[in-house]
Amino acid sequence: MTVVELSPFSMLVPLIASAVCALLPGRLWPWLLTFAAAAASAVIAAITLAAAMDGPLSYAFGNWEPPIGIEYRIDAANAFVALLVSAVAAVILPWAKTSVDQEVPERQGPFYALFLLAFAGLMGITLTGDAFNVFVFLEISSLATYALIAHGQDRRALLAAFRYLIMGTVGATFLLIGIGFLYMMTGTLNMVDLAQRLPELRDTATVEVALAFIVVGMGLKLALLPLHLWLPNAYTYAPSFISVFLAATATKVALYVLLRFTFTVFAPDYSFVALPLAVVLMALAIAGMVVGSWVAIYQANIKRMLAYSSVAQVGYMVLGVSLVSVTGLTAALLHMFNHALMKAALFMALGTIAYQVGSVRIEAFRGLGKRMPWTLTAFALAGVSLIGLPPTAGFISKWYLISAAVESGHAWLVALIVITSMMALIYIWRVLEAAWFRQPAEDAPAVTEAPLRLLIPVWVLVAANFYFGIDTRLNVGAATAAAEALMGGIPGGAP
Amino acid sequence: MIDFIHPSLVLIAGALLLAVLQGRARQVWQIALPAFVLLIILGLEPGLYGQMGFGALELVPGRVDKLSLVFAYIFGIILIIGNIYALHVDDRVQHVAAMVYASGALGVVLAGDLVSLYVFWELMVISSVWLIWQRRTDVSWRAGMRYMLVHAFGGMLLLAGLLAHYQATGSMAFEAFETRGWSFYLILVAFMINAAVPPLHAWLTDAYPEATVTGAIFLSALTTKTAVYTLIRGFPGTEILVWLGVIMALYGVVYAVLANDIRRLLAYHIISQVGYMVAGVGMGTTLALSGVSAHAFTHILYKALLLMGAGAVLHMTGRSKLTELGGLYRWMPITFVLYMVGGLSISAFPLFSGFVSKTMIVEAAAVDYRSWVFLLLTMASAGTFLHTGLKLPYFTFMGKDSGLRPREAPRNMLIAMGIAAVFCFLIGIFPQALYAILPHEVDYNAYTAGHLLKEMQLLLFTGLGFFLLLRHVGGDAKISLDTDWFYRRLGPVLMVAARDFVTAVDRSFRARFMEALQWALAASHERFGHGGRLAQSWPTGSMALWTMLVLAVLLVLFAL
Repeated sequence: MTVVELSPFSMLVPLIASAVCALLPGRLWPWLLTFAAAAASAVIAAITLAAAMDGPLSYAFGNWEPPIGIEYRIDAANAFVALLVSAVAAVILPWAKTSVDQEVPERQGPFYALFLLAFAGLMGITLTGDAFNVFVFLEISSLATYALIAHGQDRRALLAAFRYLIMGTVGATFLLIGIGFLYMMTGTLNMVDLAQRLPELRDTATVEVALAFIVVGMGLKLALLPLHLWLPNAYTYAPSFISVFLAATATKVALYVLLRFTFTVFAPDYSFVALPLAVVLMALAIAGMVVGSWVAIYQANIKRMLAYSSVAQVGYMVLGVSLVSVTGLTAALLHMFNHALMKAALFMALGTIAYQVGSVRIEAFRGLGKRMPWTLTAFALAGVSLIGLPPTAGFISKWYLISAAVESGHAWLVALIVITSMMALIYIWRVLEAAWFRQPAEDAPAVTEAPLRLLIPVWVLVAANFYFGIDTRLNVGAATAAAEALMGGIPGGAP
Repeated sequence: MIDFIHPSLVLIAGALLLAVLQGRARQVWQIALPAFVLLIILGLEPGLYGQMGFGALELVPGRVDKLSLVFAYIFGIILIIGNIYALHVDDRVQHVAAMVYASGALGVVLAGDLVSLYVFWELMVISSVWLIWQRRTDVSWRAGMRYMLVHAFGGMLLLAGLLAHYQATGSMAFEAFETRGWSFYLILVAFMINAAVPPLHAWLTDAYPEATVTGAIFLSALTTKTAVYTLIRGFPGTEILVWLGVIMALYGVVYAVLANDIRRLLAYHIISQVGYMVAGVGMGTTLALSGVSAHAFTHILYKALLLMGAGAVLHMTGRSKLTELGGLYRWMPITFVLYMVGGLSISAFPLFSGFVSKTMIVEAAAVDYRSWVFLLLTMASAGTFLHTGLKLPYFTFMGKDSGLRPREAPRNMLIAMGIAAVFCFLIGIFPQALYAILPHEVDYNAYTAGHLLKEMQLLLFTGLGFFLLLRHVGGDAKISLDTDWFYRRLGPVLMVAARDFVTAVDRSFRARFMEALQWALAASHERFGHGGRLAQSWPTGSMALWTMLVLAVLLVLFAL
């Protein structure tokens, strides 16, 4: 079996496993199958990335040759995102077992099946080379996600899931409308074909409207301000495990789709030069960075605080995109990767606290530094990465982002990045202050350090934050290759 | 045989070990580690070491030349002294933080490129703040937080500056900055924040008096002096620094009048003394730069000595306010004598270390025909003697009896102070040894008749004035309690006027600023806070409305 034939299995394994998983009884088997599927998917994705660095891979489903059949076209960009998604899933699952046992005690088979479905959907979105297929997988993963969020213990989870359902459906519908317009004009759904046929039609209003719909649709899934309103509640009330997974992967995949459409399907000189998309994205990104960080400072629910922080971090990524240069795109993709690391670590540390303490409100953190030193230290170190101090992965992101801003002549953006980083320092600091400098409330229940099975995965991710801040070959190398692949227009340059 | 071991790495590795040691073993290691590091530093030969690639950049974490060596020597020495002083403290967090902090400072002075510099610069901030927090009072953690925010801001400026520098020149090497642009000023301001140049100085006098007794020694020695080093390296001869330095020298002295806390008073004198150094960097002549290096060397020793004396008083009495102290010389005679060695050194008394270094900078101003600079620095010199040499010891150790009956400071504190005092004394008597390690050959003799005469006149008349007025005041015991009246009579009239003016302006600015800040905070809370417009949960309809709005904006823009 060649790498090309192997590559679709990183999506197929979880998809098939989900059907089986729904039928499995008890607590151990569903989890074990899910973990095995995610690990297998991650290994396949790693092999695929290694191969895709040399040139794009193309796999035709059912031997129906593209553009008739559905093609999987994998270059450095989507292989990178696919590895990110599957690796995150594989790393957080060992942690998830304990947390899920507490938060979703019953009917775990269907729960994990939904997770696998959402996961497979994200992988499918990433790997496919067919525009309509993107929509299909987006719906698969979104529907599963709504159900997963509704599993939250808090009853408000239902409302949050409902709101996300409405907004997510609006987003998906917009994407579908956009793709429909493109199909109407070009008669093809294959991305490579689209990219070849669109230049002739670039001045038609239909194509312009199609781009607008796709951008707004993905902006919704991406939680780009002011389309972020669904995100804080969804992250806050979802089960801890789902918060970790969504924060680390879902918005990243949405960003990837946005990049794929604006850079590959529509060429960058169309989206960003002929049409003023860069200005709009930059304005929204900046608004997201500032407002997201600012609101985060005032949150009393720390999960919600991190959710708003995600809105700000999405702003950084989109800011990198809006600079429309290889460095800017590298910064965006790099931050995509690094943000997944830091937010996964933060949400996991938070989930661990939720497991031990039962609350994630700031009052519950009082005096926690002495009682759960390992968990809180992990939170602090991941927070350092979020703020962007060396030698963490977050610093590397900021470095590239600042370089890209200076290089493109927008030196004033540096001030903005610096200021929003200071705001991150403030909101992370609030938590640490409560944990180490405040006395616990007198009626606070006795709390002990979390069990190792929760701590070890958290620390693995914290260590990754530092590892990728020091040895940057993998993340910077892959991000640069992916950025070059995207800037090259056709996936992976010449076929 | 490896010819280069980075002292910072040794220190960090040693600090890890220190974190697990306890009791006697911890104490032994706490002395052995700095001694070992000092040996490494003494063995360093000039050259470039440890080059490595980092992406497209060439990093040089070990650049050893005479300039970096002067600073490395004194950092090594003070690390030993400070650790002896802190030997009795049973708080591993503090000890580890001090070691890491010193490794950051050594890393900065040895860094040959801006990236290494930045990394060690940030390391210093993160570690040093623990020396403040470990006081474990509410005031100190707040002060520490402000300290960290200021330095985080400075660090960001430095990062932005060095990136801009890299964009402009394509080089990350840390040499004198030639091109005037963005990067020049960003980096200059970042360095100036650490050097506590007014108006960027407030973090120092805010945080140092709240630091732990032993932590203050390291703080006073390392942060501002690494900044002075980076200024010498990066900005020699930058004219604006001359005047900023003069302002600093006077500012510190004037504000010290207001200070009632002995350690805050000494903190203001750090600003004043660093002012001499900054002014010297601005002059940029060989003599001035050598004077700066020499003064940094002696300053670290005598300021540490003074702070150790003040710290010993605080440690034994639990008090640090001038108005609450007095008459301690009978109970802490050794501390008193050792403190006075420091006091005479900072006042540039002949035969003490300050004399041989401070006069170099003042002399550099004179031979450069900068008469105003010369005059104002001399004036600051008189003020220094007045506060640290006369006022502080008088009210702490002599003066009215406060009724305190402390015991003499612990032995390790006295030993540490003794070592520093011996250094102050030896350098004062044998200045040639200090001159020999300076980066430039200096043909300078402090002990000429002219220098001696000028310095003695200055000091004696200042002293005379102090004691004349003191006797006048001391006649009425009731009045001596009224500190306000006391200081006003005591201080030279000019200084009081200047102080009142500065305070008034300062106060009104602060009041206005605070008003504006409070307004902004209230407004911010209203919008961003819990339940604020931007933080609330929105109904689905409004979400959809926003979506349509963005779509409409895009379509309109595309259509244009």
